[in-house]
Amino acid sequence: MSGPTNPVLDAKRLVAEAHSAPGGPGVWPHRNLLSLESLSADDIRLVLDTALAFEDVSTRSVKKVPALRGRVVVNLFYEDSTRTKTSFTLAAQRLSADIIDFSEKTSSSNKGESLRDTVRNIEAMGVDIIVVRHPAAGAPHLIARNVKCCVINAGDGRHEHPTQGLLDLYTMRQAKGRIAGLKVAIVGDVVNSRVARSNLHGLLKLGAEVTFVGPTTLVPRAFESMGARLCHDFDAVIDQFDVINMLRIQKERVSSNVFPSLQEYSRLFGLTNERMRRAKPDVLVMHPGPINRGVEMSGDVADGQKSAVLKQVTNGLAVRMAVMFLCKQASENS
Amino acid sequence: MAQEISAAIPPGCPVAVVGIRRRGDELARRLIPLLESHGVHGVAYGSLDITLYRDDLAEIGPAAVVRTTEIDFDVAGHYLILVDDVLYTGRSIRAALDAIMDLGRPKVIRLAVLVDRGGRELPIQADFVGVKTDSDHEHVRVSLREGSGEDRVDVDA
Repeated sequence: MSGPTNPVLDAKRLVAEAHSAPGGPGVWPHRNLLSLESLSADDIRLVLDTALAFEDVSTRSVKKVPALRGRVVVNLFYEDSTRTKTSFTLAAQRLSADIIDFSEKTSSSNKGESLRDTVRNIEAMGVDIIVVRHPAAGAPHLIARNVKCCVINAGDGRHEHPTQGLLDLYTMRQAKGRIAGLKVAIVGDVVNSRVARSNLHGLLKLGAEVTFVGPTTLVPRAFESMGARLCHDFDAVIDQFDVINMLRIQKERVSSNVFPSLQEYSRLFGLTNERMRRAKPDVLVMHPGPINRGVEMSGDVADGQKSAVLKQVTNGLAVRMAVMFLCKQASENS
Repeated sequence: MAQEISAAIPPGCPVAVVGIRRRGDELARRLIPLLESHGVHGVAYGSLDITLYRDDLAEIGPAAVVRTTEIDFDVAGHYLILVDDVLYTGRSIRAALDAIMDLGRPKVIRLAVLVDRGGRELPIQADFVGVKTDSDHEHVRVSLREGSGEDRVDVDA
């Protein structure tokens, strides 16, 4: 080497070398997290590996790292949410970011402001990350096209819920040690579920086998073209799965004639102790919450040994910390 | 160096070595048997990732890789020897001190480095130094047998 060296360039070169090393970690290039469909398998693995480092932040005496100190995160929620919003809030706080809530009920969207205007106003206040939940599929993409800050999709219509998909993958990998080759059932209201879609994309990219299970009204044939297997008889296949991910049945859908009654749904597709006896002995039971006990899952199963429901909530924190950290870092480097 | 360190340790105080990833952790691991040969036993070991504590995230490159911190003992009350390969600007050490303080309150923290190359940007100095070079305008490269199969320090002009 000749001439004076620049420590910043040196550091960049070293990091680049580390990344180009065979088997070395990849580079996260995304300013936004809008879907799992748009990520590569390496991207997904990088988030899961990064989340591992964040997991112990929550267990030590000072539950905070200064990684996003002085950065501002906005929760922009156009739909009710308790756990996802709380999880993002806590994750931002554990990264030392400041976080504010901007909820639809108190905002000027009631006064007719467009989504585009709302987010441009928010960005003008010097915000670094917008976490958005919206009833319209694609709303986070629209926002991302209109702002320079990071945009994280916390659920858009029936499209995707990428951080839920990532935390589900993280929980499966934690319990089973791998994703590739796992047989995963996703059971219930698949047609209306953004969790199902994010799970499907993530699981297929990492080499798992996905079966959607439910009545034909909730598991239409169209999903076959996305790479899932379909099954309308839970009892016929329940003994095949390593992971059973139960979706919430929205009670308001009963009136829309997609199934005759909650009792009948529960009898055919509910995860009960009796059904669990026919599942694999080491099956992992998951649910994105909130659970309708006695409908899609019995209370005993939700609280049972094989249930990862609370583990999913804990892991959600580490995964959301990793996502915010990686996106912010990518935006500062671009 | 190990002799120097062991002489400085007050008797009766629990001792820990904590290496900064990467390379500092490998050096810290090597220090343990050397300290034992000078009569310091029961040394706890940990490795520290400081990525989340850096002040230069935006400049470090396309993506700093976050690795896990593995310190499975309570640092409180320990005579803690922080180990790194090269001491340069002092910014990594500043980050490492903050990271350790968030885990608990050691009795003492001392800094041991293989190479001190000058060029400090913060008021931080090492307590134990293997080699000192005045290579502010050169490039110092440390290779360890754990990584590249060979122990060597190169200084490129």
